[in-house]
Amino acid sequence: MIENSPYAFLLPLALLTAFAGVLLPLLAESHGRKLAAIAAGAVMAVSLALLVPLFALVVSGQTVVVPVEWLPDYGFNLAFRLDGLGMLFTILILGIGLLVVLYAYYYLPDKDKLGRFYALLLLFMSAMLGIVLSENLLMMVVFWEITSLSSFLLIAYKSEAYESRIAARMALVVTGGGGLALLAGIILLGQVAGSYELSQVIAAADLIKADPLYPLILTLVLLGAFTKSAQFPFHFWLPNAMAAPTPVSAYLHSATMVKAGVFLLARLYPVLSGTDAWLISVSAIGAITLVYGAYMAMYRDDFKGLLAYSTISHLGLITLLFGLSTPMSVVAGVFHIINHAIFKASLFMAAGIIDHECGTRDMRRVNGLFKLMPITATLAMVAAASMAGVPLLNGFLSKEMFFTEAVLFTGFDSSHLILPVFATIAGILAVAYSARFIHDVFFNGDPVDLPRQPHEPPRWMRVPVEILVLLCLVVGMFPARSVGTLLATAAGATLQAPLPAYDLKIWHGFNLALVMSVVALAGGVALYAQRATLIRWNDKLPSLNSKTGFERLHRFMAAQASRILAWLDNGSLQRYIALLCAFVLIYGGWASYRNMSLSDASFSGASSSPIDIAAMIALAAMALGTIGTTLLHHRRLLAVILIGIVGLVVSLTFVRFSAPDLALTQLSVEVVTIVLMLLALYYLPQTTPKESSRLRVGRDVLLAAGIGGGMALATYALLTSPFSTISDFYLQQSVPGGGGSNVVNVILVDFRGFDTLGEIAVLAMAALGAHALLDQLRLLPPKHDSAGRQWAQEPHPLFLRMLMQPLLPLALAVSVYIFLRGHNLPGGGFVAGLVTGVALILQSLAGGLSFAENRLPRSYPPLLGLGLAFAAGIGLVSWFFSRPFLTSAHGHFHLPLLGDIELASVIIFDLGVYLVVVATVLLILSELGKLHKGEQT
Amino acid sequence: MLNFAIQIAFAMIALAMLLSLYRMVRGPDATDRILALDTLYINTIALLVLLGINTDNSAYFESALLIAIMGFVGTVALSKYLLRGDIIE
Repeated sequence: MIENSPYAFLLPLALLTAFAGVLLPLLAESHGRKLAAIAAGAVMAVSLALLVPLFALVVSGQTVVVPVEWLPDYGFNLAFRLDGLGMLFTILILGIGLLVVLYAYYYLPDKDKLGRFYALLLLFMSAMLGIVLSENLLMMVVFWEITSLSSFLLIAYKSEAYESRIAARMALVVTGGGGLALLAGIILLGQVAGSYELSQVIAAADLIKADPLYPLILTLVLLGAFTKSAQFPFHFWLPNAMAAPTPVSAYLHSATMVKAGVFLLARLYPVLSGTDAWLISVSAIGAITLVYGAYMAMYRDDFKGLLAYSTISHLGLITLLFGLSTPMSVVAGVFHIINHAIFKASLFMAAGIIDHECGTRDMRRVNGLFKLMPITATLAMVAAASMAGVPLLNGFLSKEMFFTEAVLFTGFDSSHLILPVFATIAGILAVAYSARFIHDVFFNGDPVDLPRQPHEPPRWMRVPVEILVLLCLVVGMFPARSVGTLLATAAGATLQAPLPAYDLKIWHGFNLALVMSVVALAGGVALYAQRATLIRWNDKLPSLNSKTGFERLHRFMAAQASRILAWLDNGSLQRYIALLCAFVLIYGGWASYRNMSLSDASFSGASSSPIDIAAMIALAAMALGTIGTTLLHHRRLLAVILIGIVGLVVSLTFVRFSAPDLALTQLSVEVVTIVLMLLALYYLPQTTPKESSRLRVGRDVLLAAGIGGGMALATYALLTSPFSTISDFYLQQSVPGGGGSNVVNVILVDFRGFDTLGEIAVLAMAALGAHALLDQLRLLPPKHDSAGRQWAQEPHPLFLRMLMQPLLPLALAVSVYIFLRGHNLPGGGFVAGLVTGVALILQSLAGGLSFAENRLPRSYPPLLGLGLAFAAGIGLVSWFFSRPFLTSAHGHFHLPLLGDIELASVIIFDLGVYLVVVATVLLILSELGKLHKGEQT
Repeated sequence: MLNFAIQIAFAMIALAMLLSLYRMVRGPDATDRILALDTLYINTIALLVLLGINTDNSAYFESALLIAIMGFVGTVALSKYLLRGDIIE
């Protein structure tokens, strides 16, 4: 059955066209709204045209499956599928989509440029297309989520209206929430079936139904389908979504959004149906929704609201038909999907025309329009008659099939009565609300106090309605010849089994179904005649306003959430760190208590030569610096000085233990940090007030001692236990693999180059963040120092200035030297960047900012970009040699003058690192330096 | 002979570092402490050079060189802060 054809590539191409086309209306917008509409229409038409060659294959009973490898290791491929069901929906989505594009052009006001509207519509359309053309179920869920998001944007299109925003949010919460349930359901389904490919899931249907997880899977998947298809009790978002512009309603609530839910039922029908759980849950929910929607529709005064509830009711009918799970009921369900899409789209469009012409949708005021707009009225009446199930129209055929199935179905009760009675009641209600729509809007006296004088709409606005109504008639009168093939193909794909024998025709002879139809028609008209009594009775029922209820719930939950958040996250850094430390202490202490033993520890290397005495003194100095910083942190300048000792000794330690790269880096970072802190300290108080209570200080001392002691113990344990590390690998691979003998640098720029790229990107982001925060900030500097003395008069002592100038070229030469040799000897882009930065800072210290500004680039962000471009660019180059990103190359060259030289491509990468570091240091320092502009006051 | 001299030099530098630390702790002024830090930098340079001679490794000299630059910049920045408050103006 599954076969690949030479045209299979058209399937992903069509989807790609649709998604790529989303931007077209936005681009076309500036050339006028007409072009935007044409662009949107063209995208849909091209997508459809690309798929048409495949339709012939599908009609001949084949399923086109196109797998595109994406993440094969994880079993995730972009797999596309076109079968009968997909074809039916493709035609509905794109066909009705085209009509909606035309309609919206006339419906939306002239001042609307339409670019955003059509872009959103295309996005939604593409996502719908993605759902129906997915072979991979996870991919389908992704498209499903895109429909939820894009429908949110479409419903909130009139975003200045509060109503629209609430309605959109409600739709998003309900359908998005259902989407999450669906995702969970599909993941479980894939786990059970062993694959996310639909064909294989279908093949594993028996396995899935026998699995203990089946009830859970069914519940989750049905939650997804029912929320999307607005089934009771999740229906409430749909009537509120009428706040959307009518073209959106016509599209979302006839052929697409809500049909995605029933599409899912149809798609997974062969996988999940055939159990009692499916039969009972799906058909019960469908039946309740069918009657509830029809009942509510009768009482709407807003005719768009009437259509909304009628949509809910018809979706309930389709759900019920899939729930009954007989082959014939599935055929009826698929048929009703087609019919409902056609007549409901035309009704929404007609309703939009009436709304557009009258300026209101209140049926107590919109009356007697037949005289004013006879053509539109006739069209709407034909469509409404189809909705009611009047013979010779398409709605009649599927309703007749439903009645037949209701009579034949034997699953519920022995007397076979419940379902036929239920069906008849639903039929009566449907006729009643259709009659109300026809009678109230087009007859029933004269219009009452309309904001506008209604007349026929522009010619082309009516064309989509005309086409759809014509389809209602054609399908209604010549069903077998018009949709016979489409229906058979789609129903066959849904069932994944041979089709039952059925006959698409109007006249089936006198049978019970016909009697039910006649009863429904007569009863409906009678019911409508008695509407005054009914409305009085209904008014006494407690009314449940879903919108205020939902809004109240929403506000309540938001308030609770912020309360919990405020409790957990009160903005105190001290508290976060205390909690983190406490957690580490408890958890880490518990883990080490269980797993660690220090008994076999032995520490060698302690001796008492004078060298080590010096080292010990240095360590003592570090301890002194650390403790001093802690004790004196209230006096901020002293703390900065004392921290200087710590940095110095740490770098000495690095030197002592043969880590010269680290030592160089640590030293440079140290001085940059001091300069940075001093710059900030200028504007800050010189002392920190004592705020902590004794108890709190005690707690913090305990925590700090615990963490510090724990770290010391862990380090000691690690140093004294035998272990093999990855460093041997790097040591061996450094020269053959990376072409450099400085392992640290080779790791940074080659072996773990991707990490470094990420790190410099973070560095650049931090610099940009500082730039954004400080760029416009100007602070008032203090008049005198902390002791109240005047500042010194001379800003740039001559002696210092003269001394600094010759130092610059020397320092730059050092940094170039460190940079170039970095691959083989201690150094590299990072250290070199810091040294350059420090050298330039020194010039600013001595000569002032103006000195530096006259000689350096004014703006550093481009330099950051340049650095990142170098680093990423050289990584991309390896793609041209079909190697993975950031693959390095190195070789031995003989250059004139320089002689033999070993060159590696990573030097460009290192240059990127260098540039980013220099730009970051200079940007932050110059921003801090610029804080104080103007005179000291 | 050289070895012996180096041992003595180490001991003396250690003493110098201790004295710097004493000044750092005692103060009494920020100026004293900045001076102490600067002296500590110089002691460190000496220490590294001695280590370099002792182990015959030139990498130590580079570190010493860098400390010389960096220490100087740090001291200049701190002194400028005491004088003018704003170190880059």
